[in-house]
Amino acid sequence: MTNIDLRSAKRLVEAIRLGEVSIVDVVEASLNKIKELDKDINAFITINSKKALAAAESLDTKLKRGEKVGALCGLPIAVKDVISTAGLETTCGSKILKGYIPPYDATVVAKLKEAGAVIVGKTNTDEFAMGSTTEFSAFGPTRNPVDKSRVAGGSSGGSGAAVAAGMVPLSLGSDTGGSIRCPAAFCGVVGLKPTYGSVSRYGLISYANSLEQIGPFAANVDDCALLFQCISGWDPMDSTSYRNPPKVESSKICRRVAVPKEFFGEGVEDAVARSVWRGIEALKDGGYVVEEVSLSTLDYALPAYYIIAMAEASSNLARFDGLRYGLSLKSGYRDWNTYFSKCRAKGFGPEVKRRILLGTYVLSAGYYGAYYLKAQKIRNILKTQFQQLFTKYGLIAGPTMPTTPFKIGEKIEDPLLMYMIDINTVPPNLTGHPAISVPVHKEGELPVGLQIIAPYFCEERLFQAAKIVEESLRRQ
Amino acid sequence: MDAKEDLDVKIGLEVHCHLTSLKTKLFCRCPADYYNKEPNTNICPVCMGLPGSLPVLNEQAVKHALAIALALGSRVSQKMVFYRKNYFYPDLPKNFQISQYDKVGGLPLATGGQIRLKDKVVRIRRIQLEEDPAKIVYEGSISTSPYALVDYNRSGVALVEIVTEPDLTTPKQARQFLQKLRAILEHLGVCNCDLEAALRCDANISVRGGYRVEIKNIGSFKDVEKALSFEVTRQKMLGAKRGMETRHWDDVRGVTISLRVKEEEQDYRYFPEADLPPYIITEDLIAETLAAMPELPDARRDRFIKQYNLPHQAAEILTSHKSLADLFEKSIEKYRSPLRIANWLISDILGYLNRKDLDPSTLKIAPEDIAALARAVDEGLINEQTGRNLLLKAATTGKRIEQKIFAEVSKIGDEATIKALVDRVFKENEKAVKDALKNEKAINYLIGLVMKASGGKTDPHITRSVIVAKLKQLS
Repeated sequence: MTNIDLRSAKRLVEAIRLGEVSIVDVVEASLNKIKELDKDINAFITINSKKALAAAESLDTKLKRGEKVGALCGLPIAVKDVISTAGLETTCGSKILKGYIPPYDATVVAKLKEAGAVIVGKTNTDEFAMGSTTEFSAFGPTRNPVDKSRVAGGSSGGSGAAVAAGMVPLSLGSDTGGSIRCPAAFCGVVGLKPTYGSVSRYGLISYANSLEQIGPFAANVDDCALLFQCISGWDPMDSTSYRNPPKVESSKICRRVAVPKEFFGEGVEDAVARSVWRGIEALKDGGYVVEEVSLSTLDYALPAYYIIAMAEASSNLARFDGLRYGLSLKSGYRDWNTYFSKCRAKGFGPEVKRRILLGTYVLSAGYYGAYYLKAQKIRNILKTQFQQLFTKYGLIAGPTMPTTPFKIGEKIEDPLLMYMIDINTVPPNLTGHPAISVPVHKEGELPVGLQIIAPYFCEERLFQAAKIVEESLRRQ
Repeated sequence: MDAKEDLDVKIGLEVHCHLTSLKTKLFCRCPADYYNKEPNTNICPVCMGLPGSLPVLNEQAVKHALAIALALGSRVSQKMVFYRKNYFYPDLPKNFQISQYDKVGGLPLATGGQIRLKDKVVRIRRIQLEEDPAKIVYEGSISTSPYALVDYNRSGVALVEIVTEPDLTTPKQARQFLQKLRAILEHLGVCNCDLEAALRCDANISVRGGYRVEIKNIGSFKDVEKALSFEVTRQKMLGAKRGMETRHWDDVRGVTISLRVKEEEQDYRYFPEADLPPYIITEDLIAETLAAMPELPDARRDRFIKQYNLPHQAAEILTSHKSLADLFEKSIEKYRSPLRIANWLISDILGYLNRKDLDPSTLKIAPEDIAALARAVDEGLINEQTGRNLLLKAATTGKRIEQKIFAEVSKIGDEATIKALVDRVFKENEKAVKDALKNEKAINYLIGLVMKASGGKTDPHITRSVIVAKLKQLS
């Protein structure tokens, strides 16, 4: 089969169920597309051809026998390489985990398999998800399918690019400070960071465990919602996942949108602002009431985010010592401290080392109060302010990224400049609220994403609003 | 007072107790029973700290730890928070330990509380729940072993850490404290303290206000006393180093060896473990735990004094070993001779155990046998010394005392022969018969006379029933 369009998961599932195409056809189409495009884009670290085709065959047999196949029936899917896949190498984009083959599946991966999805490969990421461009991968940067001289965003750049390039209809990323929404905005696809606790993190290799969630990428809002439904829900293996999320009642304020002026602060490009306002206008046309507000604490969100994220990272990444899995050095080191120091010096890249060092520093006796505790205070204040805002408004909106995707190499030498582009994406990670990025640029322009944030567990509300924006722009 | 207070010495203990009654480890579902298993077979992604794995709290462990806290009269936190203690070591698969902390906003399971010794109240500083690291195995000694092997079977087993204030002033007190704590843990049924490494202890000691020295690797209660005695003498002679020192107890040579000296405390960069939400300890859970609280050693001692008329000292000794106190009560259930049995258990059995350095829980002696021996002595069937010898034999061999031992002594079992003997004794001892008619207790004298007449060979039970029947006819 040729010319299978991999951009709509829903249509593909229908075609598979109607027998118009076989699952093997679809998976082959995906693998061919990856083969054709990925040497330029570098969205994948590992391609899972053999096992994917075997899985496709067995799913086809199941279908023929009339057995039940789940909601993602035969869909090829790409999984960010920070999510554990049993029997399939999982590197976190790092040399230190090269060769590590997890003995277990992350809960989301088990759910994908249960739903009939076929994992075609593991996608590129900044090392341990630390970065906003995927340039910090030990396996080379991912290039933006829209313009291959530009970054794809990050850290889930591989997952964003794979969907944007039409290699797969769906992919999974992880979002600690914008790592799903940033590549979604830069690559022109839809990406969701779910409510903290709505998707199991079991098997997600932690960068900053109090901030991150696994979430879906898709070429359109409906597919994004479909994938979210398949991966969300309580998991007894993750104590921070919610067993009984609070019931969300719809009310008049659901259609009231707050636009904090701080989201349009210094550094937001005109082209971005223009496209974002077009998206917000689309919401107005769709019957939403939009009001500008001010949320001054947002100015402190970025430093608070980086302090907390680095503190947690310094502890989460301590386990990579070259002793039990991944990189190991030839023996001959009699002293344990020397051995693990050499291993870590060799295995970790520059950004990971920077964050481990800073994180270690902010947790040290004497500095803990000045940094970590203060950052947690800001986090609490921000949480309260978001909650208050959500008593009057149903949604908060603004630009996902302050810029359009820039050239590869443009910011990599300046960590602070790089950190600055996360300014609008980190607040929902600090507060735990769900946030979506939906494309709002015009055909032919560089991609721009509109970020919409909702109250806890109101992902459905995000999908509704994002769909209105999506449809309105399609008509234009 | 057992030991003279040494006001120059301040000793504080950090006791680690495995919750051995739990079925699973603290944060995963691997069996808590890691003993005698092939190395690295009792593991899963969680206790191996594999990337992406997450801890899930074993709530049963909270209940057991809560029972300890309540038994020691500690203030239980309404909310318990886990903290990460960060340090690199091969026995720690995540290179941090999930533990608790009482500073920088940390809330351990409980704070305060006390243990009462005979002449001393030792205050508890805090009680917390944490995971045990893995076990490092060396070939021979740590310094000459060509490699170190890590066995993760133990990794993640639930530990309760009990930290005292530096209230102890002598090494002997430290040992008494541990003995008492152990008895409490045994009575609570949360820790089988005999199991290897189930109860471990680090000691902090400072002499004459000098720097604090921490002694690690103390394997037994006896060694706690030895190690501390060594340290008291050493520090009094040489003084402590400038800075906090950690020393290693070498039980073979009976000395402590310096491991490291530091100006400041090691920085563990404690911070909250975000993978575990704070655990709310409800009033209901506390009430439930209190309601289910078994009788504790002090209460049991007081009951022994009241119920069995035991001297304070005897009651104290018996109840400081749960298995001994249990054996005592089971024995006197069969035959109520509390003083004799308490005496035997303390001077003969415990004496024997101490000589052999064994724990009372290793005893394989049936309470029925103890009861039978006590009865046999009371009834004059065997003398006291024979009773004690037989008891010790039963304790050392672990075999049941065969009833034929009594039978050998008392071969006359047929009623007709006994009746004839009884008739003779009644005729020859009119006064004793009169006494027995008035006072039941005097029956024993008559039994003794019959036994004596037979050369100690009549069956005492049949003899008794024959005598009782005859007395009934006379009255």
